[in-house]
Amino acid sequence: MIKKFFKGFNTHLFLIVMSFLSLFPFLWLTSTALKGINENIFQYPPSFIPQDLTFNNFIDVWNQIPFLIYFANSFIVAVFTVILNLIFSSLAAYPLARMEFKGKKLIFSLILSTIMIPFQAIMLPIYLIVLKLHLVDSYGYVLGYLGLILPFAVNAFGIFLMRQAFLTIPKEMEEAAFIDGCSIFDIWRKILLPVTAPTLAVLAIFTFIGSWGEFLWPSIVLTKKALYTLPVGVNDLQGMFSANWRYIAAGSIISIIPIIIFFIAMQKYFVSGQNEGAIKG
Amino acid sequence: MNIYYKKYIAYLFLLPALVLLCIFFFIPFFQTFVISLKDYSSDIYSPTFAGLDNYIMLFKSKEFYTALLNTFLFLLMVVPFLAVFPLIVAIFINQKIRGISVYKVLIYLPVVVSIVVVAISFKWLYAQEGILNYLLQLINIDSIGWLTDTHFAMFSVALVTIYKGIGYYMMIYLSSLIGVPKDLYEATEVDGANEFYKHLTVTIPHLMPTIALVVTISSISALKVFAEIYVMTKGGPLNSTKTIVYYIYERAFENLDLSMASCASVVLLIIILAFSIINITFFENKRYKL
Repeated sequence: MIKKFFKGFNTHLFLIVMSFLSLFPFLWLTSTALKGINENIFQYPPSFIPQDLTFNNFIDVWNQIPFLIYFANSFIVAVFTVILNLIFSSLAAYPLARMEFKGKKLIFSLILSTIMIPFQAIMLPIYLIVLKLHLVDSYGYVLGYLGLILPFAVNAFGIFLMRQAFLTIPKEMEEAAFIDGCSIFDIWRKILLPVTAPTLAVLAIFTFIGSWGEFLWPSIVLTKKALYTLPVGVNDLQGMFSANWRYIAAGSIISIIPIIIFFIAMQKYFVSGQNEGAIKG
Repeated sequence: MNIYYKKYIAYLFLLPALVLLCIFFFIPFFQTFVISLKDYSSDIYSPTFAGLDNYIMLFKSKEFYTALLNTFLFLLMVVPFLAVFPLIVAIFINQKIRGISVYKVLIYLPVVVSIVVVAISFKWLYAQEGILNYLLQLINIDSIGWLTDTHFAMFSVALVTIYKGIGYYMMIYLSSLIGVPKDLYEATEVDGANEFYKHLTVTIPHLMPTIALVVTISSISALKVFAEIYVMTKGGPLNSTKTIVYYIYERAFENLDLSMASCASVVLLIIILAFSIINITFFENKRYKL
């Protein structure tokens, strides 16, 4: 009995320390953001509990930085990236899972090969293409959004994930629908998609997180602050408030609130242990 | 019976995805090679053919070697840690005790938070008069220029990548741990083995394929590191944190040196291709088989 208690005790101790370390950078940032100008944020020993507690840093930053616009931009880009990924991946996955056609092997290996091409190595030509197609914010906001969305509107991981899901569906279901007079498109829409809804949800959530956190591409293509997504806007805080760490900290904390709410609401998708394959490597 | 598919229908389903992959993957892929063979120095709008001259220049550039070396240094700092430590955490979490899902959520949290915010929060921990230097002072060590000293900067960046990766690789390990047969553990328990021995003889051998998978995918993402460096050091001090992707970014988008950027991209492509082929043929072959 005592032995068992200690075994559990060690585990809890280790995991509590891990959880604390995992939260600490954000807690320390929050603590700094809550400290007023009458408190030295560089003092030794550092005080975790603010002595000059204030919310002014949050209010000031909120008034100076158009966070709502950054949220909206990130949201628009992420939602459309998700929708396009769901549609295009599940469309492309259907013939790859079920049909026999000329060139199937070639198309399959072409799609597979894109997994091996890192975005970072081809971002320069992608940028040149996007410029040529006028998908940048200087030509208009809608075009600017498209330039952020389209390069990530489909990816091989999604196609393979959906293909795997389709392969597990018994063929009889489709055959029965076919006999009832369903078209191939209807079979895809009314049978395959509803049955694979859990996989679609996983794909949606991980695509959303990926798009929401994307930094490199938006920081390359965006020129107008009105189209800044959150990561670009937050990085910009460093330049705007140069050494004012109270403001930088407050702005950073404001920026992560939406994704933390999303994460807590969807936590079962992240930590259930069945979705590791869906996450981008 | 079999459903009769019209011949063209398969292509119709594939069309949108293939068009997008063409525009944003295949064409840029080939263009990278084309640009790398051209000289833009006299006129950026009408480049001349340069053959392999750009590559010769690239391999003569000290800065590029520094970037290449830094990238592998970074990989060597990050990968062993990400292969081992998340496994230990996963073993602790893979138990039936109370509050496990709370621990999982908290440890996974840094994975979903934007890398920009994570990097900023570490920059604050690393401040000259910051909390980490205070902790060092407590144990009588002089303060460190975490991001300003060429000896420490790369390590400090690597620590951020490690911090953000632990939860991600922990989940990969957890899903494999579920598959370890329980009776194997029971056999060692009969022998009176302790916890550590139990995992050394049962868990580790059983998880070898997963460990290898984690090594390859964490290597690939280490080779692509960018945001941490952009936010925290901009490649400095004195190029000590300049990696290949940062070098490409700087060449392409700050110096408009398209040729050098593309040559470096080709080098990056080849390195990552090697890692990806290993990954796809050995570890993830099931999913990618027709």
